[in-house]
Amino acid sequence: MHLKYESQLREPLVYGDKTYKQVTEDIVRPIEAKPTKLWYVGFYIAVALLMFGVYSVYREVTYGIGQWNLNKTVGWGWDITNFVWWVGIGHAGTLISAILLLFRQGWRTGVNRAAEAMTIFAVMCAGQFPIFHMGRVWMAFFVLPYPNSRGPLWVNFNSPLLWDVFAISTYFTVSLLFWYSGLIPDFATVRDRAFTKLRKRLYGIASFGWTGSTKHWQRHESLSLVLAGLSTPLVLSVHTIVSFDFATSVIPGWHTTIFPPYFVAGAIFSGFAMVQTLMIIVRKVFAMEDYVTIGHIEAMNKVIVLTGSIVGIAYLTELFMGWYSQNKYEGYTFWYSRAYLFSPYGWSYWGMMACNVLSPQIFWFRKMRRNIFVTFFMSIIVNIGMWFERFVIIVTSLYRDYLPSSWSVYYSPTIWEIGFYAGTFGLFFTCFFLFAKYFPVIAIAEIKYVLKTTGEGYKNQMGHIEEQKLEEFVHEHAHH
Amino acid sequence: MAKKKFVVGCFDDEAVLFPAVKKVRTAGYKIHDVYTPFAVHGLDHAMGLRETSLHTAGFIYGITGTATALSSISWIFTKDWPLNIGGKPHFALPAWIPIMFELTVLFAAVGMVLTFCYLCQLAPFVKKHHFHPRATDDLFVMVIECTDKTNTDDLQAFLQSNGALETKVEVAEDGWWLGRYDKDEMPFEDKQIVAA
Repeated sequence: MHLKYESQLREPLVYGDKTYKQVTEDIVRPIEAKPTKLWYVGFYIAVALLMFGVYSVYREVTYGIGQWNLNKTVGWGWDITNFVWWVGIGHAGTLISAILLLFRQGWRTGVNRAAEAMTIFAVMCAGQFPIFHMGRVWMAFFVLPYPNSRGPLWVNFNSPLLWDVFAISTYFTVSLLFWYSGLIPDFATVRDRAFTKLRKRLYGIASFGWTGSTKHWQRHESLSLVLAGLSTPLVLSVHTIVSFDFATSVIPGWHTTIFPPYFVAGAIFSGFAMVQTLMIIVRKVFAMEDYVTIGHIEAMNKVIVLTGSIVGIAYLTELFMGWYSQNKYEGYTFWYSRAYLFSPYGWSYWGMMACNVLSPQIFWFRKMRRNIFVTFFMSIIVNIGMWFERFVIIVTSLYRDYLPSSWSVYYSPTIWEIGFYAGTFGLFFTCFFLFAKYFPVIAIAEIKYVLKTTGEGYKNQMGHIEEQKLEEFVHEHAHH
Repeated sequence: MAKKKFVVGCFDDEAVLFPAVKKVRTAGYKIHDVYTPFAVHGLDHAMGLRETSLHTAGFIYGITGTATALSSISWIFTKDWPLNIGGKPHFALPAWIPIMFELTVLFAAVGMVLTFCYLCQLAPFVKKHHFHPRATDDLFVMVIECTDKTNTDDLQAFLQSNGALETKVEVAEDGWWLGRYDKDEMPFEDKQIVAA
């Protein structure tokens, strides 16, 4: 007897004949087991990268922005490129946890926890760049509107850069709350089966005294739904506002109304690629292939090919408008600085085209969507491509502007600029390794919720319902 | 905090739990709570709990956020320090929409989470009585509050006849207190640590 029924034509979301107990065991196993050698190796590499990043930032703070190769013409370089890139990566987590929740997509349950963690870590990394780009970082709090002794002199509420301050900090806070409220019941699960005193105590604190009361679950469901409803327009607003940083300026190549949807699509595109990279490793290392199935990977690849194509259309629209507007500055930026392969930065434009538009088209083929190696390789290609995209937008528009006398020499980063970027990788992976070791990487309670509808074992038992006549089915189930 | 007497019945299948909840309620017993490892949809209705108003609270918090943003920005830019930005209007409403929206979301989210924690009495270092350690794992634990007239043996037999796998009588605090979980019994203490 089952309370819910789902067609057998739909692929199961949980493979194997699992019980609730097994779901707990499988997901909590990495937390309760000692970390493997591979975990230590990965963790130490991440920490080393982080330390290199800390040193690079130390150089920048001590000696100033001159440690970077920015100049008056190319005032934004790797730093803002990396900022936009990391923020974009964060978007997939919110998309999976919020938008797919509103759309009732059951497959989100397998990947939402890790994707939300990725969001939070990515936004943490993103935030570093504008903060340290300020130069005098100890005055970073000047961006906050508070009554002060300088007049009071307020921040400019009409500026997209200030909107960004509000957007990114709200996004971080809301993502963190959403993530943690989902973690509370799962921490309680870990707490109640803990076999060391320390673990029992720490997970006891982290679980806030969660009992699993029906009333609490009812409120929890309401909270998740409303937070999802809030996060959905929020995530769209965040990258929209990031794109306003460019779109509200008068720089050729930036001053365009296509930017908000184009940036949001690009953000989801790169975010899903990062989720693929992480989940393919996590499911392998923690033996969670039953929960993050090939079906999950295929579903994400479908999002990648869709958003990649949206981004492709945006590129082509920009090229078209560069010609159609008959604006010579736009035309120069799009058709010379970007699309002409032998211009100084032509390589980055064509690298972007190859990685973002051409190569994801491989995912029109089901065989490719369901191939782990192709997916893993492509996920890295897409992230390289999306980094190129931001680099192209920022540097090719800036290095040659209206006045040839202010054109810059060829901009390339210093080791400390690269070090800062590497350092954020270190921060991201340090956090992710710790998360993977100490947090349930899959939402246990949510898997249990979908288990009896979409678990393979349960679906197979429902075979006889498919064969039943309607009258028989009604007769058998009417008394409930 | 007063200690109360409870009868506890554990079920391992929600499909058995639902009819049991119905029968226990028809028989006139007062269900204290049902502890489940995940959100069982419809269980709140079966137990006769009213809908939560958390979303209404969220709406109010959101409106507060919008009002905060609009009133502070308009006061700052039109009264406190009217800044001339390229001769543009001081009251530049369209340009404030992003911040108004962000504060709406921020207030609603933070307010709702705090309200949720307050209503459910959840916070770090909070400790509550747990009727069964597997209630967060794979058991659905129905807890019935006893009165002076309750015959606990009859009630346990009644629960068992309705599919409860395990029943017991427990005297417990029903509120919360500040405490540590490692003072509890350790049901899984004999377990060995294994390398993955």
